[in-house]
Amino acid sequence: MVWFFFIFIFIFTGKSKEAEIKRINKELANIRSKFKGDKALDGYSKKKYVCKLLFIFLLGHDIDFGHMEAVNLLSSNKYTEKQIGYLFISVLVNSNSDLIRLINNGLKNDLASRNPTYMNLALHCVANVGSREMAEAFAADIPRVLVAGDTMDSVKQSAALCLLRLNRTSPDLVPMGEWTARVVHLLNDQHLGVVTAATSLITTLAQKSPDDFKTAVSLAIARLSRIVTSASIDLQDYTYYFVAAPWLSVKLLRLLQCYPPPEDGALRGRLTECLETILNKAQEPPKSKKVQHSNAKNAVLFEAISLIIHHDSEPTLLVRACNQLGQFLQHRETNLRYLALESMCTLASSEFSHEAVKTHIETVINALKTERDVSVRQRAVDLLYAMCDRSNAKQIVAEMLSYLENADYSIREEIVLKVAILAEKYAVDYTWYVDTILNLIRLAGDYVSEEVWYRVIQIVINRDDVQGYAAKTVFEALQAPACHENLVKVGGYILGEFGNLIAGDSRSSPLVQFQLLHSKFHLCSVPTRALLLSSYIKFINLFPEVKATIQEVLRSDSQLRNADVELQQRAVEYLRLSCIASTDILATVLEEMPPFPERESSILAKLKRKKGPGVLPNIDDVRQEREKERSLNGSLDDGSDAASKTPFLAPCAPPPPSVLSAGTMTSLYPTADLLGPTAPPPSGGASLLVDVFSDSLSAVAHAPLDMSPASGPMSDDNFSRFICKNNGVLFENQLLQIGLKSEYRQNLGRIYVFFGNKTSTQFLHFTSTLNIHTKPAEATVDAGAQVQQIINIECISDFTDAPALDIHFRYGGTLQSFVVKLPVMLNKFFQPTEMVSQDFFQRWKQLGAPQQEVQKIFKAQHAMDTEVTKAKIIGFGTALLDGVDPNPTNFVGAGVIHTKNTQMYRLTLRTSRDTVSQRLSDLLSEQF
Amino acid sequence: MIKAILIFNNHGKPRLSKFYEHYSEDTEQQIIRETFHLVSKRDENVCNFLEGGMLIGGSENKLIYRHYATLYFVFCVDSSESELGILDLIQVFVETLDKCFENVCELDLIFHVDKVHNILAEMVMGGMVLETNMNEIITHVDAQNKMEKSEAGIAGAPARAVSAVKNMNLPEMPRNINIGDISIKVPNLPSFK
Repeated sequence: MVWFFFIFIFIFTGKSKEAEIKRINKELANIRSKFKGDKALDGYSKKKYVCKLLFIFLLGHDIDFGHMEAVNLLSSNKYTEKQIGYLFISVLVNSNSDLIRLINNGLKNDLASRNPTYMNLALHCVANVGSREMAEAFAADIPRVLVAGDTMDSVKQSAALCLLRLNRTSPDLVPMGEWTARVVHLLNDQHLGVVTAATSLITTLAQKSPDDFKTAVSLAIARLSRIVTSASIDLQDYTYYFVAAPWLSVKLLRLLQCYPPPEDGALRGRLTECLETILNKAQEPPKSKKVQHSNAKNAVLFEAISLIIHHDSEPTLLVRACNQLGQFLQHRETNLRYLALESMCTLASSEFSHEAVKTHIETVINALKTERDVSVRQRAVDLLYAMCDRSNAKQIVAEMLSYLENADYSIREEIVLKVAILAEKYAVDYTWYVDTILNLIRLAGDYVSEEVWYRVIQIVINRDDVQGYAAKTVFEALQAPACHENLVKVGGYILGEFGNLIAGDSRSSPLVQFQLLHSKFHLCSVPTRALLLSSYIKFINLFPEVKATIQEVLRSDSQLRNADVELQQRAVEYLRLSCIASTDILATVLEEMPPFPERESSILAKLKRKKGPGVLPNIDDVRQEREKERSLNGSLDDGSDAASKTPFLAPCAPPPPSVLSAGTMTSLYPTADLLGPTAPPPSGGASLLVDVFSDSLSAVAHAPLDMSPASGPMSDDNFSRFICKNNGVLFENQLLQIGLKSEYRQNLGRIYVFFGNKTSTQFLHFTSTLNIHTKPAEATVDAGAQVQQIINIECISDFTDAPALDIHFRYGGTLQSFVVKLPVMLNKFFQPTEMVSQDFFQRWKQLGAPQQEVQKIFKAQHAMDTEVTKAKIIGFGTALLDGVDPNPTNFVGAGVIHTKNTQMYRLTLRTSRDTVSQRLSDLLSEQF
Repeated sequence: MIKAILIFNNHGKPRLSKFYEHYSEDTEQQIIRETFHLVSKRDENVCNFLEGGMLIGGSENKLIYRHYATLYFVFCVDSSESELGILDLIQVFVETLDKCFENVCELDLIFHVDKVHNILAEMVMGGMVLETNMNEIITHVDAQNKMEKSEAGIAGAPARAVSAVKNMNLPEMPRNINIGDISIKVPNLPSFK
């Protein structure tokens, strides 16, 4: 009864936290003294105390003793004690505890005991702890237990899952191979529990090495077909509410999703038959009214539908699946509606069924409006996003916007991002796009992230057909008595750039525009005010007539003596600039922003980040590809400017610069850390005023860190020139000259690449990356100037392909890109080796294997001159050995190539590796 | 894979927690609290699935739960599990508990921490579903009980304690778990209402 009262007090007095802690500490002290006491505890007491400890642990209190007792209990001969010992270990011990070593021995004994109950306990313990040490100790034993003929079924089940667990935690320690075939055959086992466990194991293993488990496909299909077509009574115990073995069916269908559709016709037919039967069963009247029956049935059905979507090859099945999901969309069971929306999302990305999914648009919109459960509504938003295309974009965006007004706060930001992306992606008419985004800001300004409003500005700047409309719209929007700060930012920026387009109308004269903006000024935060100050200085350039008014504002104490250093600095500088600069200079300095380079939408990147990896990619990758083609084709005819020819979502390497952030101005000042060539790039590669000051400083652009695909024409005309020399001009066209200087020493090399700007304009966003080894570099290349990039090279093993240098920059308004092969060849790593005739021939003979020698006889392309030949051989990197060969018309060179692996190669076209000989011969023969 | 199985009552007091991935003890408690917070604010009759909390992996994991009278049963799973399958598994788990404890109630989970863990271990192992057949599970549990009884005659003590509690007329006594459509007649034990 002590036990009972203890617990009783626990539950009902546990209302005050302090009382609970006090009670627990007392109990812990009591248990500790019992464990430490001289009197040996009987089995029941031990169990009682361990249970109490477990309960105390569950309530969130630390248990720092009792572990040794648990280890002793675990090694006991009595089942009761052993069981409680295992329980304690599996709940309380985490994987890196030292205790693991102490129990390994006990586990080994139990595993070898041949008593199924003990074996199961041990296997459970290994699976639950699953540490690396356990894997080391048992990885070899468990497969044996699993495939042994005399193992009990329940032990086999446990062993399969235990192996799966170890494979997950330390895959390198679980040997594959000899037992794989026998594991696959467990799919034929009599006991369905074993088959279920084995299917789980095989599914995980097959994801890692599909080839090893290919044979499982046919067995799984056979098994599935037996389950699906059998009368439910055949599977007695595994029939759950009149559904034959639902869990096993689900697992088998999951396993089949690891593989493409089977190629063998008969097998494929059998699978299709299974899937059809499952779809047919959904139409039959339910055999029971219980929810468990429909749950089990639908679990199988949904898995079958995922398999159909995964295979994406049988149009009839896909359409049936889509119709079935359509039915579920209106089912009264919320769970089914949720799952149907989720499955449809994946279905929408399939080429065959995208159209079919679109027919359900009304239902989905209705779900968005009426569904009570926020998680279901969220799925509806996902599905609308996935099913959106050019034809229904306007409707979907409108629905999402109207939903946004009363959407759950937790999902608002996501909806905002999705609306922004869809509006941009499917905008035919950019006035619609501008309206949509302004609406977004109006409805959910707080949830509109920086990326969204940066993006609208980028688009307005890049498309001159929409600029006037945008200026007019923001002007009107700003007239609302209360508008969101994000709107002020967009408005300030756009009017600063394009205010002149609407200045003709007396209702939006320059002065009115300025006063409208300035009326918002005092309500805004510092970054917005900074942006507005920049707009004001732009106004001075656009409208000389308001110059005096603006100067007045800038001169006021609240600006010139503002406590915020950024605002003060801007005010002082802008005022100064407006006073001293001539109109021409002002016009140059405050010129309209150049078009932004096209790149992946920053909003899309943000959405991906937000959703985490692997949530959206399927839909987006497939659809984006399609969209890209479409928008490429679609925009050819409107052809208004160069920018519109490239799709707005085209993925491009450099990350987007922010449009105009508060930090932009700072980059105009030569503070050391911003301007050092290796300094982290500030965001303002495209900042407002950079052009003016660019003689004294260079704006540092981002260098992409990924391997950009070779996009431009590959140029290697001058490549061969570098085989025998190290310095020279590698590439030259009318814009750019690339010079090269290189040094090699053993396996190390250093290349200085010089980029010379031959034009009179600056190259912006200059990036140069190497396809093997990336190194951030570069900046803006000023007119007539030269910048240098240093590349360090280490030769790790022999190679044939030269690395390619990928160069992108912006010259004028257009993006230029080149790929230049860097002349790094194997022979560069030659170390000239002097040796006498005798040594030479000795080593020559050592390299006598036929593949090691390459001989080439070719016609001379140049005049045969002894001196030139000698120079070329030395230039090739070998030492020229005079007097080794008695015939003076034969030349002999020797060298050693150092690689990181310090393997040595001998030249004279006998080398220790056939590929090396071949390559060297190729390289050298081009030279004569 | 099942990441965690949590049972807590309507007030968020944990009644069982089993984690199949390793978290520190503090994090485990935080996960329980976070999960309770997410699940308890939902209405009845909404769907049984929702995205996991930040601590347990955010939207990559799903919480699948059922609410029985005073207790929430929550399974946190990754994308490799079938949602409806797990929902049925919870049902099997509760039905099994009901059979083993004869009209299971919240108190049973406290008194028989060990038994509940053992039953769970028969169903889920290292985060994977081991056995779904109720008869098989009960056979295993019965076999264990028999072994216990043969080793000691006192195994019945906790059961006696439960019946003592069940017989006392207490104001705040947790009610029986209502498993909806299952009604298992218990002739001997008077259940409390």
